[in-house]
Amino acid sequence: MNTPKTGSNGWEARNKANTVRLAYWTFGWVATMAVTAFGPKLVWDYATLPTAIAVLANLAAGFGMIMANIRYLRGLDELHQKIFLDAGALTLGIGLVCGLSYDLLEDIKLISFEPQFSHVVILMSLTFLVGMIAGHRRYQ
Amino acid sequence: MKNRLKVLRAERDWTQAQLASELDVSRQTINAIEKGKFDPSLPLAFKAARLFNLSIEEIFEDEAAS
Repeated sequence: MNTPKTGSNGWEARNKANTVRLAYWTFGWVATMAVTAFGPKLVWDYATLPTAIAVLANLAAGFGMIMANIRYLRGLDELHQKIFLDAGALTLGIGLVCGLSYDLLEDIKLISFEPQFSHVVILMSLTFLVGMIAGHRRYQ
Repeated sequence: MKNRLKVLRAERDWTQAQLASELDVSRQTINAIEKGKFDPSLPLAFKAARLFNLSIEEIFEDEAAS
């Protein structure tokens, strides 16, 4: 009969490392996004070369974040993968349905302002957060 | 799906955290399986069976078949 280890859980250590890696890449993506958004106006007066470099750096950081997120997801155990999948499915559905309806509102004259993509991103982020919390509560 | 994971664990005086460590999953996953809220995958069920030196059928019971 095997005797269980009493030290730290291998899954926990792996998950922690993957979470830290994802946090670094996310921070890098947000930082390069800020530089790309504000740099041209505030720092280099819309010069083409630094703007192009900033865009490429932002895309590279975004790609790194995507890969880190995939690695994080694959490192989760099967219950947490299911919780993540359920929250992702909810987010995709809500984002698609509400996003397209929101986009229509101006065309059909129900709102007077132009729909902003950032509003859909906020809605999707909040939906994913609620989905993750609900999933964790369901399996407590 | 019913299972005897909690009984088998208690017989050996193991905590959920120790069993989770041995099966390389989170403690929350062990808790959810023991409470019948989550059915493990076949690889995880085989891993548990190997750990307890039992067959899968001696640990997990298909409620639909009983």
